[in-house]
Amino acid sequence: MMKNSRLANIGFQLAALVLALLFTTLILVATGAPPLEAYKNIILGSVSSLDKISNVLVTWVPLLLASAGLLITFSAGLWNIGMEGQITLGAIGTTWALRLMQDSSLPPALVIVLSILAGMVMGALWASLAGALKTFGGVNEIFGGLGLNFVATALTLWLIFGPWKRPGVGSMSGTEPFPEALWLPMFPDSRLSPWALVLAVVAIVIVYFMLQGTYFGLRLKAVGKNFRAAYMLGIPTWQYMMISFMLCGALAGAAGAVQVTAVYHRLIPSISSGYGYLGLLVAMLVNYQAAWAAPVALFFAALNIGSIQLPIILKLDSSLSGVLQGMLVLFVLMVEGVRQRLMRRS
Amino acid sequence: MKVELHSIHKHFGKVHANDDITLNIPAGTIQGILGENGAGKSTLMKVLSGFIQADSGDILLDGKPIIIHSPADAIKHGIGMLHQDPLDFPPMRIVDNFILGAEGGLFPNRAVVVRDFKLLAEQYGFSIDPDSYVDALTVGERQQLEILRLLWLGARVLILDEPTTGISSSQKVKLFATLRKLAAEGKTMIFVSHKLEDVEALCHQAVVLRQGKLIGEMQKPFDPKKLVAMMFGKEISLGARQVAKPGEAILSLQHVSLEDVRLKIKDVSLEVHAGEVIGLAGMEGSGQGPFLRACAGLMRPVGGHVLLKGQDLTGKPYHAYKHHGVEFLPASRLEEGLVPGLTLTEHFILAEEPKGMFIDREYGRKLAEERIKSFNIKGTPVSTVESLSGGNQQRALLSLLNDPLSLVLIEHPTRGLDIESVIYIWSKLKDRCRQGAAILFISSDLEEVLQYSDRVLVFFSGKVSEPLDAAQTSVEQLGQLIGGRGWPEKQAV
Repeated sequence: MMKNSRLANIGFQLAALVLALLFTTLILVATGAPPLEAYKNIILGSVSSLDKISNVLVTWVPLLLASAGLLITFSAGLWNIGMEGQITLGAIGTTWALRLMQDSSLPPALVIVLSILAGMVMGALWASLAGALKTFGGVNEIFGGLGLNFVATALTLWLIFGPWKRPGVGSMSGTEPFPEALWLPMFPDSRLSPWALVLAVVAIVIVYFMLQGTYFGLRLKAVGKNFRAAYMLGIPTWQYMMISFMLCGALAGAAGAVQVTAVYHRLIPSISSGYGYLGLLVAMLVNYQAAWAAPVALFFAALNIGSIQLPIILKLDSSLSGVLQGMLVLFVLMVEGVRQRLMRRS
Repeated sequence: MKVELHSIHKHFGKVHANDDITLNIPAGTIQGILGENGAGKSTLMKVLSGFIQADSGDILLDGKPIIIHSPADAIKHGIGMLHQDPLDFPPMRIVDNFILGAEGGLFPNRAVVVRDFKLLAEQYGFSIDPDSYVDALTVGERQQLEILRLLWLGARVLILDEPTTGISSSQKVKLFATLRKLAAEGKTMIFVSHKLEDVEALCHQAVVLRQGKLIGEMQKPFDPKKLVAMMFGKEISLGARQVAKPGEAILSLQHVSLEDVRLKIKDVSLEVHAGEVIGLAGMEGSGQGPFLRACAGLMRPVGGHVLLKGQDLTGKPYHAYKHHGVEFLPASRLEEGLVPGLTLTEHFILAEEPKGMFIDREYGRKLAEERIKSFNIKGTPVSTVESLSGGNQQRALLSLLNDPLSLVLIEHPTRGLDIESVIYIWSKLKDRCRQGAAILFISSDLEEVLQYSDRVLVFFSGKVSEPLDAAQTSVEQLGQLIGGRGWPEKQAV
């Protein structure tokens, strides 16, 4: 019985994948593009060379950090749409700390570690704003988070064109790059840092164990599944919601910090690169199960990188990967709804 | 309009909510429909007003059989229902509320509607400004608004579901006058209530429903004793009662006053002792719910003090009460008591104090097996709570109580449970009393209240009786009090 339903589950998930592919193919056909050629290019574009694989991993790191954080807020029943802003504030916090310490006599390794911590703190604080709006102001975290995202974007632009502008004139290309000594150490000829990889993997492992095996994780789930009953069981509910916001914000901040210290080495206008929203898709797609977050995030990262060369080769927009990712989430949710309806009937 | 119902049947799963109900109401009559909660009154009215369809049976208006598919259908036939909670749109203007229910073109003629409204309001002596917002109105005024709206839509049969709940006595006088006037115009009024005094004062004739069946009918003048007997007339089978020897004072209420949207409870004082069981009786919504919640810090009193073993906890949150050994078991188990999606084991772990950071799964499994056995829960450690039956959910809720306890507050401890579960759950609760806890519980089952309580508090429209000795009280007496009869004028504090 259990085994059957698990098999059926996998069947349903596969059906969703097939439907998503089918739908994306339809769009490709409708625009007159050769679908098979497009898929082939996406695959080749993500795995055909060491350089491309390393680019996939560069994308994977912030996406996995974001997904790990979102698993915590989803467990508490919260839709942390403010993720983008929290990543941005993490990047701002890290840039700020680097600027403060770049001319000091502190060892570079220490400066980098402190700057990443500063980014995590900033992310957590920004997330706590959305949390405070929710718990004390009665503002739904979706609206609060969305509003704070816009504020974060504005703040970045103001910093880049104002106080932190390049000598001479501010530019959309961002702030003045930091000296190489303040970069996270990289693999040769790539933007991939082993330290960033370690950070992301450690984060998802910690989140996995936290949600699976700790009192904190179980209580958080109780809060998310039934707020009132959790309160009756003696769980301090609003405190748990605040903590989950701050933990998620800290991981978002870490993603922003990695973007600054390992990828761009400066603050750029769209530093969050949509990883917050993409992380939401990953968390939904894995049905809030931490164990699946790493492979699914890797798959999404590969789609993103693979579609980069579509405009050059097929004159297709690279947003095709976004179409496929969105379709996947929609169909997985839809198939899940169908499955539940069928189960209720039987 | 003459309304006839012929052998209406309605099943909800195993429950026979309406069992062969036949009812004739001549035009111009005010018909009372009496019965306990769950007697089938609402079901019957929903059938007549089109919210649900009967399994079998006929509805005739002025002798002509009709079929009602929806509330909109019903109003076309001239049947309008006034719900206990007004079905209006509070943030909108009154005139817009009016227009919403009406059939009409794309652009409603507001001026005409306002004129009609003013005319109708004047005719029935209501003073409501059509341009004000609904949220500014009292419950009584919203009721008036709804009556006007139904009349405007052409209702000739009005169904009123517990219309005197939550309105002031002057509004009640006005409402009754309006209903009499409407009846005199030849319209048919159906008045659903559990309040005997209201039915006596207003209705021309009344029927009593019990467990889905029509038990009896009576014309004005009514014999209230007979009506009470029909409403609650079960065979009384009280077993040997266990009398507690009360110990130290656990809970003291000192001049506590409560307020919620519907009613006010004023100046209640009560001392509850260790080992004592106090039953709170009354029709649903008479004030016992807020009262019980106030004893747990889940509702803040507007006046007075709540003391637990001599310590003043007034205004403290529920967790402070819980810390002092108070547990509240809600009636809506899956909404407030248990967490759907989590297993029994996870619930037991959650209810315990955390030991360190990581959960000891092995310990959790043993704990679950032990509790499942001792509370006789039909389920496994990995069963999710929503997969359990109602009785087993209640057992699970009880098994989550920790030691030591000083006060247990329970809403409907055995509602919807089979007799075996009822006996089992009460034996577990009585164990708690022997260990020195006090119990307060709400029940609409009068037998249960008298059987298991040492003292009984009766609630009626926010009034609270003096504690009655359960051994000296009969089901009839209790029924009278619940129906609002036999309350001394002075006792209405």
